[in-house]
Amino acid sequence: MPNSLNGPKTSTVEINGFPCRVWTKGSGPKLGFLAGLGGLPRWLPFLDRLAETRTVIAPSLPGYPGATGHTELDTHLDWVLAVRQLIDKSGLAGADLLGASVGGAFAAEMAAIFPAHVRKLCLIAPFGLFDDKEPAADPWAQRRDNVPGLMCADGAKWTALVAPPDGANSVEWPIEMTRASEAAARAFWPLGNTRLEKRLGLIAAPTLILWGERDAVLPPSYAKKFANGINGSTRVQTVADAGHLAYLDQPDAVARAVLAHFA
Amino acid sequence: MKLMWFHLMPYTELPDDFNKKHPSVWVDIHSSLFDPHRAHHMYNDFMDELEYAAEVGFDAVCVNEHHSNGYGLMPSPNLIASSLARRTTDTALCVMGNSLALYNPPTRVAEEFAMIDCISGGRLIAGFPVGSPMDTCYAYGQNPSSLRERYYEAHDLVKKAWTEKEPFAFSGRYNQQRYVNIWPRPIQNDPHPPIWIPGGGSIETWRWCAEMDYVYCYLSYYGYKAGLTTMQGFWNEMAKLGKDRNPYRAGFLQFVGVAESRQQALDLYSEPAEYFYGRCLHVDPRFALPPGYTTEATQRAGIEGMMTKAANLANPSTKAALKATNMKDIVDGGYVLIGSPDEVVEQIRHVGTSLNVGHLMLLLQYGNMSKDVTKYNTRLFAEKVMPKVKDLFGDWEDKWWPKPMAKGQRAAVPAFRPQLAAAE
Repeated sequence: MPNSLNGPKTSTVEINGFPCRVWTKGSGPKLGFLAGLGGLPRWLPFLDRLAETRTVIAPSLPGYPGATGHTELDTHLDWVLAVRQLIDKSGLAGADLLGASVGGAFAAEMAAIFPAHVRKLCLIAPFGLFDDKEPAADPWAQRRDNVPGLMCADGAKWTALVAPPDGANSVEWPIEMTRASEAAARAFWPLGNTRLEKRLGLIAAPTLILWGERDAVLPPSYAKKFANGINGSTRVQTVADAGHLAYLDQPDAVARAVLAHFA
Repeated sequence: MKLMWFHLMPYTELPDDFNKKHPSVWVDIHSSLFDPHRAHHMYNDFMDELEYAAEVGFDAVCVNEHHSNGYGLMPSPNLIASSLARRTTDTALCVMGNSLALYNPPTRVAEEFAMIDCISGGRLIAGFPVGSPMDTCYAYGQNPSSLRERYYEAHDLVKKAWTEKEPFAFSGRYNQQRYVNIWPRPIQNDPHPPIWIPGGGSIETWRWCAEMDYVYCYLSYYGYKAGLTTMQGFWNEMAKLGKDRNPYRAGFLQFVGVAESRQQALDLYSEPAEYFYGRCLHVDPRFALPPGYTTEATQRAGIEGMMTKAANLANPSTKAALKATNMKDIVDGGYVLIGSPDEVVEQIRHVGTSLNVGHLMLLLQYGNMSKDVTKYNTRLFAEKVMPKVKDLFGDWEDKWWPKPMAKGQRAAVPAFRPQLAAAE
């Protein structure tokens, strides 16, 4: 937890006049993390693995846990510029950047549009493309009991991510979880397709693409579409026994792959 | 009291095993269930029924908008309303309504409503719903996070298009138009056709209706018992805002089945009611709550329990959990009022006074009810119930009712032969 002895340091930056939480932990070269669906309602074992050798900086996207301001963002350009400011104000300009799921789509945008801002890039099952021959699942039209199994190969991992911690405000906690879902929907409704394929060719940073082999949201075949579109040297690696949020399912394996790529 | 005849236009031939074989009546209902040749007859039956309701003296006929929906065959209620404008003479035409955020540009609504108002000689009631999640976010792909802002902006644009005399430029957050200048213009221009807002139980909507002086309509399928708390909440809010208790500030939807006796009513209306509450409301809960559709203020109020059980009925997932599908529970729950004419009179007077609702929208066709039974229900209501409830709220002025052209000034419609419908 953020305030526990082993938790990250919490700071806040302002984007368009709204607060966004930034979590920092570890030492060594900076590594930025933009989280996937659900954001970071709590600190993760996965981030601890990364923090063993890197300074992990995890800013919350507008509307994600610890942040607001998503309701000001109307267009994809608004979102991209908000994320650019978030990267700058978190001190991540020029650092290695890791993004997953919706955060992955924005990490790819950063590397494409602001190439000097990203040293090396790692994407875990990023949003941004849509193939009507292999349609992505609709994460915003699910029966409640289907959600954990959609997000993770082991649904309990998702359930643990969003479960209210001891002492959480029982009114505000569920609203915050819904807000994270709304923020992602605001940026990616209805198909997750931001026409990112038009900009992938601008990415020159060395890129690792990780994909949970059991991703139920975005078909693992999308990894190849990203790899084919990106200009820089690109490698695809599948993560066994992992779903869409592979960093929840397999924190050690994903952390090892990320650290090796960023080395 | 105004008695308004509402049609949802349900597809009447969903199979008996529909709920078992199909996940939802809405959004992803399968095309193989739709037979256009059968729908030809359904549409014509439904339009006959609406015309019949006008002929036997209902104050208004009402139509509404749904998309990809097996119980609502009107993606464009304006098409039906324009036909009704030609086939009725004095009845108000209540389009309940057009989901403003779905029209691009929203001035389309200003234009089409102005057309209906012109054709009908000024009989339009303009309903502006936000629209359900299923219609707006799923069937029409609108972003739930910006839907309400789009809706409010579209409302501002439509209203300005109706009232502004000069061409103007509109530079909104979601809509930009250099030349807004609608032709035709509505007949009701003092200042514009009456605007009614169908909504759930959110305090924000109540406050907005009060501020704008619009009619608030609670269109629940769950009847007066479930609606009581919501309407009490509405009137409490009106009192707080210093508004009077004029019952014509409000509209309410109620299913009714009237017959010679209570037993006959049960015999006639059980099947269509159970068809409606069973098959027509079989909506997959995954389409109920797109994130952002419900405002955080409303979520907070719901979670904190400030809104009571009935107000939460605005939330479709709660609705689904509560719904009864057998006739005994449907009647006990007050979803459908049934009985002999005098029993229905007593219940309608109770609904009107307990909810303080001046505009009662009646569903006298529901589910797979046939045209014959629908007309029987409609005629009996008009002849034996209406005269004994119309006096309710006679002391109040309905300031939100259409103001048509004087009868002598209106066009004669030559081909209109109501005696055919009556003779069937």
